[in-house]
Amino acid sequence: MSLVIAWINRAVWFGTVIMFGSTGEIITERSGNLNLGVPGLMFLGGFSGFAGAYYYENSTQHPSAVLSVLIALLCAFLTAMLGGLLYSILTVTLRANQNVTGLALSIFGSGVANFFGVQVLNGGTSVKASFANTVFTAKIPGLSAAGVFGDIFFSYGFMVYVAIIVALLVNHFIYHTHFGLNLRAVGENPATADAAGIDVTKYKYLATCIGAGITGLGGVYYVLDYGYGTWSTANSIEALGWLAVALVIFATWKPRNIIWGAYVFGLFYWLYNYLPNIMGFTLPNYAVQLIQTVPYVVTILVLIFISMKKKKDSQGPAALGLAYFREER
Amino acid sequence: MDNIQPAVKMCGITKRFGTVVANDNCTLELYRGEILALLGENGSGKTTLMNMLAGIYYPDEGQIFVDGKEHSIRSPKDALDLGIGMIHQHFKLVDVLTAAENIVLGLHEPGRFDMKAVSAKVRAICDQYGFDVDPDMKIYDMSVSQKQTVEIVKVLYRGANILILDEPTAVLTPQETDTLFNVLRNMRRSGKAIVIITHKLHEVLDVSDRVAVLRKGVFVGSVRTQDTSIGEMTNMMVGHAVTLNIDRPAVKDPKSRIEVKDLTVISEDGIKKLDDVSFDIRTGEILGIAGISGCGQKELLEAIAGLQPVESGSVEYITDDGSREQLLGRNPLDIAQLGVSLSFVPEDRLGMGLVGSMDLTDNMMLRSFRNGHSIFADRKAPKQLAERVVDKLNVNTPGLSTPVRKLSGGNVQKVLVGREIAAAPTVLLTAYAVRGLDINSSYMIYDLLNRQKEKGVAVVYVGEDLDVLVELCDRIMVLCAGHMNGMVDGRSASKNDIGLMMTRLAKKEEKTDEH
Amino acid sequence: MSTEAEKKSSEAAKVPFVRIAKRTALPIWKSWGIRLLSVLLALIISALFIFSVTGLDPIAVYVVMWDGTFKSSYSFITTLRDTAMLLCISVALAPAFRMKFWNIGAEGQVLAGGLCTALVMIYLGNLLPQWLLLPLMFVSAVAGGALWAFIPAWFKARWNTNETLFTLMMNYVAINIVDCLTNIWRGAKSSMGNINASTQAGWFPLIFGYRFTLNIIIVAVLSVGMYMYLRFTKHGYEIAVIGESENTAKYIGINVRKVVVRTMLLSGAICGIAGFITVAGKNMTISSGTAEGFGFTAIIVAWLAKFNPGYMALISFLLIFLQKGATQIASSYAALNDYASSIVTGIILFCILGSEFFVNYSLIFRGKHQKGGEKA
Repeated sequence: MSLVIAWINRAVWFGTVIMFGSTGEIITERSGNLNLGVPGLMFLGGFSGFAGAYYYENSTQHPSAVLSVLIALLCAFLTAMLGGLLYSILTVTLRANQNVTGLALSIFGSGVANFFGVQVLNGGTSVKASFANTVFTAKIPGLSAAGVFGDIFFSYGFMVYVAIIVALLVNHFIYHTHFGLNLRAVGENPATADAAGIDVTKYKYLATCIGAGITGLGGVYYVLDYGYGTWSTANSIEALGWLAVALVIFATWKPRNIIWGAYVFGLFYWLYNYLPNIMGFTLPNYAVQLIQTVPYVVTILVLIFISMKKKKDSQGPAALGLAYFREER
Repeated sequence: MDNIQPAVKMCGITKRFGTVVANDNCTLELYRGEILALLGENGSGKTTLMNMLAGIYYPDEGQIFVDGKEHSIRSPKDALDLGIGMIHQHFKLVDVLTAAENIVLGLHEPGRFDMKAVSAKVRAICDQYGFDVDPDMKIYDMSVSQKQTVEIVKVLYRGANILILDEPTAVLTPQETDTLFNVLRNMRRSGKAIVIITHKLHEVLDVSDRVAVLRKGVFVGSVRTQDTSIGEMTNMMVGHAVTLNIDRPAVKDPKSRIEVKDLTVISEDGIKKLDDVSFDIRTGEILGIAGISGCGQKELLEAIAGLQPVESGSVEYITDDGSREQLLGRNPLDIAQLGVSLSFVPEDRLGMGLVGSMDLTDNMMLRSFRNGHSIFADRKAPKQLAERVVDKLNVNTPGLSTPVRKLSGGNVQKVLVGREIAAAPTVLLTAYAVRGLDINSSYMIYDLLNRQKEKGVAVVYVGEDLDVLVELCDRIMVLCAGHMNGMVDGRSASKNDIGLMMTRLAKKEEKTDEH
Repeated sequence: MSTEAEKKSSEAAKVPFVRIAKRTALPIWKSWGIRLLSVLLALIISALFIFSVTGLDPIAVYVVMWDGTFKSSYSFITTLRDTAMLLCISVALAPAFRMKFWNIGAEGQVLAGGLCTALVMIYLGNLLPQWLLLPLMFVSAVAGGALWAFIPAWFKARWNTNETLFTLMMNYVAINIVDCLTNIWRGAKSSMGNINASTQAGWFPLIFGYRFTLNIIIVAVLSVGMYMYLRFTKHGYEIAVIGESENTAKYIGINVRKVVVRTMLLSGAICGIAGFITVAGKNMTISSGTAEGFGFTAIIVAWLAKFNPGYMALISFLLIFLQKGATQIASSYAALNDYASSIVTGIILFCILGSEFFVNYSLIFRGKHQKGGEKA
């Protein structure tokens, strides 16, 4: 039983990282921008959030928990947002190809994070922001001690709940507000949205930048909670970034599906570590990688399935990946 | 009227697309409480001019005054803020959203976002004007006329007081047209300014107070409808009175070339585009196909050319010695390999018949690039063909290496028709071969078709201008919503007969729908 | 008539400060001038970046960067080797992109080719003579890469499944499979080491003292071949027609599905060859990092070069030159590290990507084209 709980815990931690990533990417993609720079954005958010927290707690004798969190989240959000802004300038204003710009952003983002990361490491292999890690992993007192129930639902740092709330808010935003309706129209058919008086450029910019910021929060969660508050050059942010892109498809571009989808991906990803023990057999260690393929394979199957079904509601935004120029003819 | 402030005044408007001048120093005035018909042939710049009023395009030169004050309309939003709403010919609707969602798109009403309230308000508007539309229906489930209704309701919902309708009747049945015109009259009564873009003269007479005419991007003038006549309007539209006088050589020894039997086509959206259509196409004659646009003409030609999957029926090609080949189930390449020389001038010239970004030579190659056994494509013969076409058909182009997209509509069509005729076809299918062409180019195309006919080619001419159809074609088939409503002799049929046949079935269907 | 009033209000009315219009055409020297300017701009931005972060003299840093490639003949030829690798993948992507098929899966296709090469080397290396082994490695690499491309291509052709996302996912499937197999092969050891280290079976022969000479030759041949294929053959023409207008392709009877699958098989096969030459001519081993992320960089190269192998060679060389230079400055200056190359690469890519806008569109500023009405 404790193994099952440990597995679930691990899946939730893991899922929270990609939940932020996918939620951000969904907002972006809903505006018709396919930003393949998710890994780069998570790198940017992860590093700057870490660096902010790290320098803050090393600059004062008595770091405040609230400030530590605020600094980390703000740094992560704003830096990733700058990445999104760069992407928007290139793809929306300058109408550069989205796939290519996104991939360049991935290279650039990981370059920036790791370049400055090496500066922070200062010759070492890893550094730890201990205080921030403590704050980010702090459980809710009382509730977390409520037996199995508490173990499954309340043994996490606050960001796990923030991720769910953000995903729910985004879901509400997209489906139940004027702005969300306009955003969907921009991603489906920018010419129509434009004719209806929606400022397509503004929506694309805002959606991409805010989406990038949320994606960046996944990065900072990865470093300060999932990664035990340590920064090192060897990390798997990139792989998680691509999984976040996969999850968007898996969730058929609906934020409400991301919440459970992220945890399912987490369960699959960590299955190798727990299931054999639970079932009482040992797994050869080469099988680990094969099992980690499952989320990607499942995503491919979903992709095939939605293309076969041709149901308009579960397709991605119709204008995804296309630049918009009003006077095109 | 000179004493009244115009609701809209456009002065000296010029708009260029690359080297093409779409509007040249156009001036237009629109008053409240009137319906202005903006009349002009296809491609005369009517839509472009109105798009600038609606904020889709921005004029290169000129000024726009709304209620006497100059405004710079930089986006559709600016236009809406000035109370200008446009109903585009190609609907601007988001497929995956509902009617109500489309209607409130881009609006920022104060208060909570409440789709139920929106739906109720939409229903109220529908009741007021007699529209029938379900606000909660998704657009992709709607028929064309339902979609147009949504577009109109959208503009009404926004309380626009200057309305522009771009060829609104093109997709409507006569009843729907009547309903629409009644709505327009109601709106006129409530002091709105309305522009209706059209090239149909009887509609102008039916509904408008004043008519403004554009010709080749130039504003010709405006007259009060009650003071004018069809003759005068036509004169303004085309420059001189239409005495078509199209040649119609006698048909010599017609033989059945293609036999179409019980052809039924159902589109991807599940709409019956063709319903049990049977007819034959004969050598040495021009078969005209008449119908309101979107009545199955496209599907019919594409089915014969091997581009359209069909539900049932047969299309047989009859060779000179009487043997028959089934064309259905074969793609264009298979058909060519049967030895059937079938040429097809499709409606969508740059999107299907030609590749816009390729030059003349490479476009000539489309039909011939497979020739020879080498893995390399031969560019010499296509280049010579391009030279011949440019020379013989007077194609106005800077050179053979100019992308065809940069040519004007008429020249593009000459390139396409020139290539298709060069293949020495036995069957020549043409869809709207003279759409958007000037008079001279049009006559050149009629001539080319007649020469093909004299050579014994079986020619099909899908057209929209009934005057041309009755003067050019030997027989005319009338389609209505996928039904074949009749086959008449081009020499004896009158325009009115054909016009009636084009709309007759629509009424029948509506009745059966209701029960 | 109220012309006076109109004039007054015309002054008050706002014309947008800047408008965008599509260019009809731009002379070649101008369009390449713009691109060259963008690279210069990128170098200036990078210099500012280096200076502001480290305080080093950017000119001196660029001189050291130059050394990364031109210090010695060995550094130059390794630059060529890596350029060849990047170019090879770009060449592989060209036909797919020309067809507007977004093959983001080069990384995985390269790995699939490399993995098949390694499989043959490991299991048949000691059974077959070298003259038979190398062709067999080649064939299996081609088959591996082609298979990895075929899967998304078939679904695209049959169901119109989104190829961008499909091929992207296929990368990670390949990476994990390679990880799994290398895990088996290395057993308890920490790394695989060179395959057939003792017998050198399946290794490329030394030419001019380097094994990877053969890599460069193969890629040169492939590049020229691809140029001819796209420019002069019937297949190349079909690909171009599909890329420009799928409707036209159907109209003239091109079997679009067949060409999509065929072109992707070719694309994947050449990626497979890239894996083959990396494993047999450069690394002598395989890992999930064998493709070095070139599969992604090549996408950018192929796109920027407009599918022209000549330009691809230039851009590939530029990027590898930067990478080598960054490694060089990282070892020369304590304040810089290898990752500077990703940053500089990113800056250059952003600048070139952005410059395409100025090639395709022109800006019209307020005041121009406003001749109407007033006589001053």
